[in-house]
Amino acid sequence: MTTLEGPIPEEPAGRGTPGPQGSQGEQAASSSKNTKKDAGTRSSGSLIWRRFKRHKLAVVSLWIVIGVYLIAIFADVIAPRPAGDYNPDYPYVPPQSITLTDPGDGRGLGLYVHGYTQELDPVSWNRYYTEDPDELHKLGFFVESGHDYRFLGLFETDRKLFAPEDADAPFFLMGADANGRDIFSRVIYGTQISMSIGLIGVVLSLVIGITLGAAAGFFRGPVDAFIQRITELFMSLPSIPLWMALAAAIPREWGPLTIYFAITVLLSLIGWTSLAREVRGRVLTLRSEDYVVAARLDGASRYRVIRRHILPSLTSHIIASVTLAVPAMILAETSLSFLGLGLQPPIVSWGVLLQEAQNIRSVLTAPWLLIVPSAAVVIATLALNFLGDGLRDAADPYGGAVK
Amino acid sequence: MLQFMIRRVGWSLLTIWLISLVCFFIIQAPPGDFVSVLMANAEADGRRLTAQQVEVLRERYNLDQPWYSQYWAWISGIITQGDFGYSFRWNRPAVDVIMEHLPFTLLLAGGAMFLTWIIAFAIGIYTAVKRYSIGDYFWTFVGFIGLSVPNFVLALVFMYVAFRYFDMSVGGLFSPEYVEADWSVARALDLLQNLAIPALIIATAGTAGLIRITRANLSDELTQPYVVAARARGQKENVLLMRYPVRAAMNPFISTIGYAIPSVISGEVIVSSVLSLPTTGPVLLGALRNQDMYLAGSFLLILGVLTVVGTVISDLVLAWADPRVRRQHSGAAQ
Repeated sequence: MTTLEGPIPEEPAGRGTPGPQGSQGEQAASSSKNTKKDAGTRSSGSLIWRRFKRHKLAVVSLWIVIGVYLIAIFADVIAPRPAGDYNPDYPYVPPQSITLTDPGDGRGLGLYVHGYTQELDPVSWNRYYTEDPDELHKLGFFVESGHDYRFLGLFETDRKLFAPEDADAPFFLMGADANGRDIFSRVIYGTQISMSIGLIGVVLSLVIGITLGAAAGFFRGPVDAFIQRITELFMSLPSIPLWMALAAAIPREWGPLTIYFAITVLLSLIGWTSLAREVRGRVLTLRSEDYVVAARLDGASRYRVIRRHILPSLTSHIIASVTLAVPAMILAETSLSFLGLGLQPPIVSWGVLLQEAQNIRSVLTAPWLLIVPSAAVVIATLALNFLGDGLRDAADPYGGAVK
Repeated sequence: MLQFMIRRVGWSLLTIWLISLVCFFIIQAPPGDFVSVLMANAEADGRRLTAQQVEVLRERYNLDQPWYSQYWAWISGIITQGDFGYSFRWNRPAVDVIMEHLPFTLLLAGGAMFLTWIIAFAIGIYTAVKRYSIGDYFWTFVGFIGLSVPNFVLALVFMYVAFRYFDMSVGGLFSPEYVEADWSVARALDLLQNLAIPALIIATAGTAGLIRITRANLSDELTQPYVVAARARGQKENVLLMRYPVRAAMNPFISTIGYAIPSVISGEVIVSSVLSLPTTGPVLLGALRNQDMYLAGSFLLILGVLTVVGTVISDLVLAWADPRVRRQHSGAAQ
C-alpha cells in the first residue's frame, strides 16, 4: 500500500523521520504553531513529547511517578521515624489529625497533634484510644528527631521534614501497627524497596525479553522454535505458584539483602516472557511488511534490517510492555510478600506491611493497616500504568498523523 | 493446517516434559529427601517409622539412585498409575488431595476467564472507537483501577464490607446450609452465587491488560486504508467495524487468551487463600509453606499442563482465525 505512493513530500509527517530541510525547517517549527506544516521537520522525540502532552492523565501520572521516586530517594528525611522504631505504649493507635491552633501557653500558632488517652477493656484486653484535647504537641518542619541517618550518604543528620518538635511525642499520622510502629514512616521506607524491585526487575527482563523475542520473530525456523519452547515453558507455569515455589526454596538463612536480590531475579526470570512473546508476534507481522522486504531485497544485512527497520516500529510496543511490566512486578512482589513467601521482615516493602493485614480480624481492628499500604501500591501502579499508556499512544507513529 | 496442528501438539508435549523437569527440581529443592522429612514428621507426632517402612519408601522413589532415575521413578509413576507421590501433611496420596480441590479451581478459573473476556472485549472496542472521549477515559480508568489494585486487597476489602455492613462472614464456596448437603440444583446455584464475587475479583486484574491490547490494536487497524476504502463505499460504520478491523484486531486478543490462563490461576491462588475457598490455591500455599513437596510439585505440574493445553488451543484458534499466521507456520515447515 505505502510503496505505491512514492516519495511524496508530506509523507514524513508524523513518522518522525529527520527531515532533510535542516535549520530552516527547525526555525519554522519553533516559530509556527501550525502542527501540520512543521511536523515533518521535527525530531521524532519532540513529536512523541507533543503527542504525549495531549494525554493529560499521563502527564499527571508522570509527575506522580517522579514524586514517588523522589519519596523513595528522600525516605530518610520524610519518614518521621526509622522503619523499625516501635513504641510498646501505642499498639494499634488510630491515625491522628493535625489541627491549626494556638494552645495559648506561649508556643504560638502552629500545627499541632493531640496526644492519646487510653482505656483498657478489662475483659477483652482491647485498648480504646481517644484523642486528649488538653495534650498538644507542636509540629515543625526540619526538626531534630534524635534519629541519626546519613543524608543521601553524604552527611550525618537527624532533621526530619515534618515531625513533632518534642522527639518523644506520639506522632502517628496514619496509625500504628501491633507493635506501635508508625505506619506512615514504614510505608515511606517501603517505597524504597517496592519501587526499586520493580525497576531493577524490569531492566533485567527487558534485556532477556527483547533479545529473545526479536531473534525468534526474525530468524524463525529452529531458532524461533527453540526460543518459543523456552518462552512457553515459562509462560505455561502459572507465575504466582511458580514464584511461590521458587521463593519457598530460597534459604531463610540468607540475609535480607540477598533475599531481596534473589526475589528480584526470580521476578524477572519469569516476567520477561510476555515481553518476548509480544515482540515476537510483532516482528513476525513486521517482517512481511513491504518496506522490510524491500530492505532485505536491497541486500541489507540481517542486523541492519532488525535495527533500522524492525526495532523502530517495535518501540511503541516495547514501551507499552515495559511500563506495564514495572507495576506488574511491584504487584507480584507485593503479593508474594503478602503471602509470606517474598521479602521478610526486617526489610520493609508494601507487601511486607500488608502481611499484617492478612486476616479479617486485624483489618477490622485496624483498617489503616490495609488502607495505607494498599493506597501506596495503588497510587504507584496506577500512575505507572497511565504513564505507560500515554507513552504508548504518543510513540505510535500513526496516532498523530490521523488526528 | 493439519501439519501445523501436528507440529504444535508435538512441541507442546516437549514443553510438558520440560515443565515436569522443573516441577521435579522444585520437589527436590528443599534440603533432605522425602523420607527423611516423613521420618522427622512422624517423630514429631510421637510415631516412629520402622526400618522396613523406610526401606520400602526409599526403594519406591529410588532415593539412593542418581537424580535421573529418581525423576524416572516419579514421572513413570504418574503416567502409568496416576501416582503423584504422597502428601505427608494430609497423610494421603497427593492425587486424592488434588482431585478434591481441582474441580473448584477449574470452575473458578473458567468463570474468571469468561468475565475477563466479556468485559475486555466490550470495553476494548468501545474505547478504541471513541478514542480520547470522556467514555474512553472513564472506562480506561476503571480498567486501570482493576489492574492496579492487588487481587488480595480487593478480596480483603470485599470481606471487610461484607462483614462490617452486611454482617456476612465470607469464605467458603457454599452457604452454611449447603455445605454438607448432597448435590442438587439449589446447591449448584448456591455455588455459582458464591463463585461470582471471587471470579469477578480475579477478572479485574486481567481485563485492563486485554482492554489495552484490544484498544491499541484496534486503533492501529482503524487508520488502515482498507477501513477508509470500506467507508468510502458507503458501508455502515457498525457493520464495517465488526466486519474488518475488529477481526484483524482480534489476532493478539486471541493469542492472549492462552496466557491469560496462568494469570487467572495465579489470581485464583491468592484470592482463594484470602477468602479461604476450598480450591487448589490455599492447599498449594500450605504445601509450599510446610515443604510438602510432592503435593506442591504435583499441583504445579497439573496447573502447568492445563495451561499448556490452553495455550495450544488458543494457538490453534489463532491459526484458524488468521490465515497469515497459518501460512507463516507452514512456510517455516518447508
